[in-house]
Amino acid sequence: MPRDFNRIVLGLAVFLALVLTPVWTNLFRSVPPLQDPEIATRNIPGKDKCVLPSVEMKVTHMNLLNQWRDSVVRNDQRDYATADGRHFDMSLSRTCMNCHTDKAKFCDRCHNALAVNPYCWDCHVEPLVQPASMGTEVR
Amino acid sequence: MKFGFSLLILALLIVIPALGASLGGAPFWGIVIPYCALLIFLVGFTSRVLKWAKLPVPFRIPTSTGQQKSLDWIQHSPLDNPSTGLGVVGRMALEVLLFRSLFRNTKVELKEGPKLVYGSSKWLWAGALAFHYAFLIIFLRHFKYFVEPTPFWVVGMQNLDSFFQVGLPMLLATDAVIVAAISFLLLRRLLDARIRYISNASDYFPLLLILAIAATGILMRYFFKVDLVGVKKLAMGLFSLKPVVPEGIGAMFYIHMFLVSSLIAYFPFSKLMHLAGVFLSPTRNLANNNRMRRHLNPWNPQVKVHTYEEYEDEFRDVMKAAELPLDKEKQCPKAS
Ligand code: HEC
Ligand code: HEC
Ligand code: HEC
Repeated sequence: MPRDFNRIVLGLAVFLALVLTPVWTNLFRSVPPLQDPEIATRNIPGKDKCVLPSVEMKVTHMNLLNQWRDSVVRNDQRDYATADGRHFDMSLSRTCMNCHTDKAKFCDRCHNALAVNPYCWDCHVEPLVQPASMGTEVR
Repeated sequence: MKFGFSLLILALLIVIPALGASLGGAPFWGIVIPYCALLIFLVGFTSRVLKWAKLPVPFRIPTSTGQQKSLDWIQHSPLDNPSTGLGVVGRMALEVLLFRSLFRNTKVELKEGPKLVYGSSKWLWAGALAFHYAFLIIFLRHFKYFVEPTPFWVVGMQNLDSFFQVGLPMLLATDAVIVAAISFLLLRRLLDARIRYISNASDYFPLLLILAIAATGILMRYFFKVDLVGVKKLAMGLFSLKPVVPEGIGAMFYIHMFLVSSLIAYFPFSKLMHLAGVFLSPTRNLANNNRMRRHLNPWNPQVKVHTYEEYEDEFRDVMKAAELPLDKEKQCPKAS
């Protein structure tokens, strides 16, 4: 065998170990299962449906928020009518967070799992979690 | 022609999963294909490197671009033509991390005169560097799908990547960089007649494939949305060897995954093996110490030699009689 054979094999082993990081970190460690976001208002009449159907919300909520933001900030249009005739005040803190009161158990569960870190909360207030009351009048 | 062929193969690699995934059989596209690709990669990569490792490189190959170390008063360049192991580490680091060789790329032009002019040309270097680092960051970012909890460095990386806060979902700067850089590298091959002449399908295809992977990824982020939580469940299932296929991940994901699997499976058979090859380049990874140390070819056959000393010993008397000069006079007890 050539002189450097052992060194090359060592390098190869290090490379393969690095490439397989996701395998051994998942295999030899107890991985907490991904937690689904908690829908707190599922059984509260009037609050049991999201603005758009849930399947759509799951993937397009940031587009909706963007649309709302532009509509409010640029056009001063604050009323959003859904296809099924419901009306919402276009607001992150007062509408979304009125139903999804617990940011940590809702938004953050998905976002933490996917390294999403929206900067919205630099300015917008997330509601204080108050177990009994659902009302959150923050702006 | 060669470009057309690459384009055709790429089209097939997109159409097959697009049709296939819409017909169902998600476990096949989401589990079987990636596992096969990973297996081909691991076996192919290992055997290719082992094959290279077995090739002997008995001599130092001093095709270097700097003055080698010789006499003290001749200035030597320790990084371009190192004579020590440490210098080699430096040269390899420059090569692997900063693409030193590409930095030396020159362009030949025929000017009025006619005059042949060599000029520095840094575009290839800049494009390659931008492409490789963007690719690396994008690859590392994907660890958010592979590992739970998401590693902190992925979060930091993603925050930096979306630094400009453009749009929602936020624009990731590396996405823009990689598309621009691959497009440049591809156009460079297509538009310059001389580079086109030396380009093969195996040059176009990897670029096209990676471009398509980036494009499907960006499409997924903005236009054909997929359920990313489902994607993470699928990816972690694969890596923890307990594969699951969550319902309702969009078709675009399976196209993306199939293209990535193609890249991984194609890797060991392609020029992409320069990932390993760059570390095994004999002109880069050997110290040029030919002047300090004699490198013997280990498998040289034993040559039976007859040295002059032995020759003289053998013919001393005859030579003396013929009055030929001798190196060694016959040992005579009295004279000594
Ligand atoms: C009227 C109460 C209400 C409002 C207002 C509301 N949601 Fe929802 N949201 C729900 C309910 C209830 C569900 C679960 C629906 C289901 O599962 O069918 C849901 C589901 C979701 C989901 C999908 C979660 C999952 O895992 O399926 C997301 C994401 C979401 N909402 C985000 C938002 C955002 C962002 C806003 C503000 C634009 C908002 N919601 C406003 C009640 C609301
Ligand atoms: C620099 C501070 C800042 C940041 C960061 C910010 N916003 Fe806003 N946002 C505002 C201000 C100010 C308004 C105007 C409030 C009003 O007129 O009621 C607003 C209004 C909005 C509105 C409509 C009004 C309301 O009550 O919500 C939405 C929706 C919105 N922003 C969404 C977002 C989202 C989503 C993000 C993160 C991607 C974000 N914003 C980040 C400052 C900010
Ligand atoms: C079902 C899981 C889920 C829930 C619940 C959820 N999000 Fe998201 N959100 C995501 C994913 C996934 C992305 C990233 C999309 C991408 O990268 O393409 C995202 C992105 C965003 C973005 C864009 C940020 C960026 O960096 O591009 C905003 C803003 C956002 N979510 C707001 C919210 C708010 C506010 C809530 C709670 C009311 C919420 N989301 C709940 C999954 C979720």
